[in-house]
Amino acid sequence: MTEDRNASWREELRKSMKPKERTAIERVPMNELDPVLRARSRDEVNQGLTAEQAVTEAKRCLDCGKPSCMEGCPVNIDIPGFIKNIERGEFAEAARVLKKTSSLPAVCGRVCPQEKQCEGSCIHLKMNSKPVAIGNLERFAADFERNSGKASLPECRSSNGHKVGVIGSGPSGLSCAGDLIKMGYEVTVFEALHEIGGVLKYGIPEFRLPNAVVDAEIETLRRLGVKFVTDCVVGKTVSVSQLREQGYECLFVGSGAGLPRFMNIPGENLINVLSSNEYLTRVNLMDAGNPETDTPVFRGRKVIVVGGGNTAMDSVRTALRMGAEKATIVYRRSEEEMPARLEEVHHAKAEGVEFLTLHNPIEYIGDDKGRVKAVRLQKMQLGEPDESGRRRPVEIPGAVEVLEADMVVVAIGVSPNPIVPSSIEGLNISRKGTIVVNDDMQSDSIPTIFAGGDIVRGGATVILAMGDGRRAAAAIDAYLSR
Amino acid sequence: MNRIVKKERFSEKVVRLDVEAPLIAQSRKPGNFVIVKIDDKGERIPLTIASADTERGTITLVVQAVGHTSARLCAMEEGETIAHVVGPLGRPTDIRNYGTVVCACGGVGTAPMLPIVEAMKKAGNRVIVVQAARTKELIILEQQMKQWADEVVIMTDDGSYGTKGLVTNGVENVIQREKVDFCVTIGPAIMMKFVSLLTRKYDVPTIASLNTIMVDGTGMCGACRVNVGGETKFVCVDGPEFDAHQVDFDQMMTRLGAYRDLEAVEMRKPLR
Ligand SMILES: Cc1cc2nc3c(=O)[nH]c(=O)nc-3n(C[C@H](O)[C@H](O)[C@H](O)COP(=O)(O)OP(=O)(O)OC[C@H]3O[C@@H](n4cnc5c(N)ncnc54)[C@H](O)[C@@H]3O)c2cc1C
Ligand code: FES
Repeated sequence: MTEDRNASWREELRKSMKPKERTAIERVPMNELDPVLRARSRDEVNQGLTAEQAVTEAKRCLDCGKPSCMEGCPVNIDIPGFIKNIERGEFAEAARVLKKTSSLPAVCGRVCPQEKQCEGSCIHLKMNSKPVAIGNLERFAADFERNSGKASLPECRSSNGHKVGVIGSGPSGLSCAGDLIKMGYEVTVFEALHEIGGVLKYGIPEFRLPNAVVDAEIETLRRLGVKFVTDCVVGKTVSVSQLREQGYECLFVGSGAGLPRFMNIPGENLINVLSSNEYLTRVNLMDAGNPETDTPVFRGRKVIVVGGGNTAMDSVRTALRMGAEKATIVYRRSEEEMPARLEEVHHAKAEGVEFLTLHNPIEYIGDDKGRVKAVRLQKMQLGEPDESGRRRPVEIPGAVEVLEADMVVVAIGVSPNPIVPSSIEGLNISRKGTIVVNDDMQSDSIPTIFAGGDIVRGGATVILAMGDGRRAAAAIDAYLSR
Repeated sequence: MNRIVKKERFSEKVVRLDVEAPLIAQSRKPGNFVIVKIDDKGERIPLTIASADTERGTITLVVQAVGHTSARLCAMEEGETIAHVVGPLGRPTDIRNYGTVVCACGGVGTAPMLPIVEAMKKAGNRVIVVQAARTKELIILEQQMKQWADEVVIMTDDGSYGTKGLVTNGVENVIQREKVDFCVTIGPAIMMKFVSLLTRKYDVPTIASLNTIMVDGTGMCGACRVNVGGETKFVCVDGPEFDAHQVDFDQMMTRLGAYRDLEAVEMRKPLR
């Protein structure tokens, strides 16, 4: 909880301004690159707040007695606690408060769906004003600490002699490793790819989450003593039983939901129809847009991206940056149902992305060389709500359109990567392919196996993956100190 | 970092590399492949593991210079290192005692066939290898094949060695001569397509090892997808071997050409 809400500095700060004065301040907008210029550049779109802007924004927070924002946060970060430290100019202290709960604040400040979480529960909304920019402030504090060069290494307990392995280096694996090393465990992270970071590296583009931000977190873990083994596919290169023989007493599986889904419609295997994972991996992980590298990528001129999530927004905006003249989102529901972060939708529109909602591809049409040249789209309308609570899209009979496209990126979701789960004999796996765990993120079938993030939840979010990793670390500690 | 400990040139465009990769050497099985990335700026390409030496901790790759990266690999020398080698990937070959097995291979398919020939023989099969190439100089690994196979049939397009004709002529001769229970084919897509058409005619169950474009090799991207029996499959995790009679080879060949224009640009770049 907000333990130092009663600290004298905080009480004084609360009294220093009337709530009315605080609510009268307009929400400070994020400094952004110009949409026309940025749509052709890799530079980060959001430039962050200045210290002065951050302090002003922090003043808008009323330091509520029962902060509803914290309830909106999946990991209950002490939000007023860090914001009030920003208000009084103690930026490093603000970062410290964040780090108590979140191991990746610089990342989460950039990629969390704040409008559905903390900011969606902010008291300001009840007063018909814009919520406090909690995400922007989180990012500010975390960036301040990183850029100050004074980020102190957290203290680690002395080695307790226990060895734990972490499979996958996405946000869940990194957070689990970070907590375990601080508790005195010997931790090795095994990663299938040649780079550390999971989706943060291969999926989310540079213009939204610079690699330097992720690398700083990885570097901290390295300095704390976490060992990283890349090019190691657990279940293939080494088996889980071999890891046990090597002395790993517990394993945390954070192998993500890396398996792209397709729609199984005619023409889906035409050339230049690809999954968002393939497209983003080529451009982000393999740097295919750079003429110096060997990996090829097709530069579509008329690009259609199918889907309405963050992955779709990242793909369509990447297509612009790769030179597309026209980049269109095709989504079968309406904009309201789009799962993407609101800010990404706004940014995409400002950059010139076209939105074709209530349309669903039913066929891809190819040219004589087997390359896609057009998409047949079924028009949809919204019907009754489905299990997800969103209104179900239903076909409008006979309403079919054809749209030209020389490249199609399919971003309709991912399934859990089966390599690790299927390689562990006796592991309880759900029908959807996720690993079944209890509240402590512990497998209910094999007590030495813990899991979290997308391999447990299906495609979810960075903050949930991070939270799972930390919860698992605590549970592993409890289990091994029995 | 994976050091090249030995290099041997089989022909102008084909080399054999023994590469340090102790973990992979230990766990690989016939049919598995690795993904190789030469350096920071390199692309990820799949290569089948031809054999392994667990004591030395090396795997053997046979590389044919067909694109930018394979040409770079062929130009590498002993002592140099390949930055990333990951594997063993894919499902291993289903080795069983089928009876009589014909192994039909050509081009880059010859090297990956070698461990399968060995394993099939060890499983008690009568193994007949039909190996094809354009001309004599391009026939590789014949002696190694002979070590395990009951018979090695060599076919060349120009008749400069063995029998003149295509791999399919060789396979058909064997099928007409004796009862064949199973066929494995590895090679260029067009070759596998025709072997498959032939064995279907004779009702011989056949598996083909597909060499599609890949990126990660772990099921993450779908670049490797093929149509098998009307369903989309990922070669890197569901394969690389499939029931050849179910594979849509025409679609596979089209997809293999996805980056041909871009590859042509890469090929004009000087080798780093
Ligand atoms: C393009 C894109 C944009 C997104 N945008 C957002 C966003 O804005 N906000 C948000 O909150 N979420 C977003 N997400 C979702 C978020 O990234 C994921 O929920 C999160 O990364 C899951 O973390 P994880 O640790 O479970 O797995 P991942 O990040 O998927 O990492 C798993 C890692 O495990 C490795 N691995 C898999 N199998 C093995 C094996 N057998 N052996 C060794 N290693 C293995 C993988 O290579 C990978 O590196 C986005 C996802 C994508 C794809
Ligand atoms: S190579 Fe990426 S899924 Fe097969």
